[in-house]
Amino acid sequence: MTRLLIAFLALWMGFGMAAQAQPLRLQITEGVIEPMPFAVPAFVPEDQGGGQYAEALSRVVAANLSGTGLFREVSPAAHIARITSFDAGVSYPDWRAVNAQALIVGSVAASGNNLTVKFRLFDVVSGQQMGQGLQFAGTVQDWRRMAHKVSDAVYSQITGEGGYFDSRVVFVAESGPRENRVKRLAIMDQDGQNIRTLTDGRALVIAPRVSPTGDKAVYTTYQTGSPRIALMDLRSGQAQLVGEIPGAMTFSPRFSPDGRALVFSAAMGGTTDLFRLDLGTGQMVRLTNSPAIATAPSFSPDGRFLTFESDRSGASQIYVMPANGGEAQRISFGQGRYSTPVWSPRGDLIAFTKSHAGRFHIGVMRSDGSEERLLTASFLDEGPTWAPNGRVIMFTREAQGGDPALYAVDISGRNLRRVPLSSSASDPAWGPLLP
Amino acid sequence: MNLTTKSLLLLAGLALAACNNPRPGMFGGGGANGFGGEGGITTGTLGDPNDPRSVAHFQQRIGDRVFFDDNSSDLTPEGRSTLSGQAAWLRANPQFAVVVEGHADERGTREYNVALGARRADTVQRFLISEGVAANRLRTVSYGKERPVEACAEPRCWNRNRRAVTVVSGGAAG
Repeated sequence: MTRLLIAFLALWMGFGMAAQAQPLRLQITEGVIEPMPFAVPAFVPEDQGGGQYAEALSRVVAANLSGTGLFREVSPAAHIARITSFDAGVSYPDWRAVNAQALIVGSVAASGNNLTVKFRLFDVVSGQQMGQGLQFAGTVQDWRRMAHKVSDAVYSQITGEGGYFDSRVVFVAESGPRENRVKRLAIMDQDGQNIRTLTDGRALVIAPRVSPTGDKAVYTTYQTGSPRIALMDLRSGQAQLVGEIPGAMTFSPRFSPDGRALVFSAAMGGTTDLFRLDLGTGQMVRLTNSPAIATAPSFSPDGRFLTFESDRSGASQIYVMPANGGEAQRISFGQGRYSTPVWSPRGDLIAFTKSHAGRFHIGVMRSDGSEERLLTASFLDEGPTWAPNGRVIMFTREAQGGDPALYAVDISGRNLRRVPLSSSASDPAWGPLLP
Repeated sequence: MNLTTKSLLLLAGLALAACNNPRPGMFGGGGANGFGGEGGITTGTLGDPNDPRSVAHFQQRIGDRVFFDDNSSDLTPEGRSTLSGQAAWLRANPQFAVVVEGHADERGTREYNVALGARRADTVQRFLISEGVAANRLRTVSYGKERPVEACAEPRCWNRNRRAVTVVSGGAAG
């Protein structure tokens, strides 16, 4: 895999105004907000090679920012000013006149296999540059990633939150009839681009997770004819079975936050319990011992706790226990069944699937079970996964009698949208922000 | 099992009986090919359903599957009756090995359904052992909601998909 080399370079400005007005800042709150209008003209090509990326880069940045629902693009057709030089000054009145509040100016140069992208962000309202500008250097194959990096920087600068555009999602690509569905492990950019399949579809695969460093995946495979856990190196595509327990079906694997251990479910003798596997030593420890089902575990980001679902009280509910086992506290008490708890990367929230009265929901609650909020409702929504910044959740949605698709929603419940994929997909697992 | 289901099974049985060896090499149609793993194939004779020693008889007359209530792995009275018949057949035909496949409907989350299917398969396995089938002939596998037999997204199909299928294998000379 080509590794994107990024050089951070402060680009000094010769025409900045003194900071008098409040800096441009979008406070993401739970209430309804008016999307912030921004302009991103085609990037300025600094050489002939850069020309073919100039427009495309700006379009990816525009799509990323608009896709959050927090920003609204001022159409390039409405622009009065033309940006023809990256280093020339910005005519703020021309951008105020088209009601842009933020302006992104970029440039691109391509020589041979090398691509260099620069950008600056301007606060049109107060008439000053925000931050110092950034430069990214890499290969032409990674041009979309550079647009994602620009988007992440702009998003972070304006919202004060971490970005998530330059990240990937491992998921299950589905094809064939419902009764004999073919499922392949696949990976894509978070916006649905650059799909690559990782398994050949001969063995059924379900429910992948990505390692904290993004270089590995674990998932459940039926390659032996029975559920087993596979660990795949995403660079080489090589996979091996891990955590086998004689006489047990093993599934539902999750990485610990340090990537050194897995927690998973093993079904034997009519019960399903959680086990922990040290990937370095191969040592295995039982974490639960109940006559019921315990599955779908998820670590707290500090690695100290596990949340999981269990039907030990009757219907499925969400529990939290110490990561090495011990007393489990039930945290879900609403009506219906609660499944697939997933701890947010910030540690404050747990996302879950809830089924009640014939509908399925994706929701979030605090890690003590309080402040439950349902974000979605449909015939079948399940399996939330968090964006690296903890602001967006992706999940599987299946309409009644329809095929599964990937959707994303803000944790505010706003901006529900389908991830644009041309085929059926399920079980998304969002990886970390790429380096 | 309600009357409609019974009639459907009967119809399915008749349809199967009318064919001449409809799915060679694969027992337990509507199962998920439990032994198959990655394309593995076992070969055996289905035989005539009127022959009580035949696999066809096991599948069609005794019934190779039992159904479960929503989110339940408890056997119904009909299920127990079917399994008693299965156990008697398995005792009389010791050359067959068995994979019990547990399945769930689509109205649950994926991994919970794998666990639920495992519990259903285990319930059937325990019952067969309690009726005298040797434990070393039995194996279980759960497919969760991954291999429905009925595609419709309605209760009548979900009822048919919440099942455990007893897939027999071996006895190729039989």
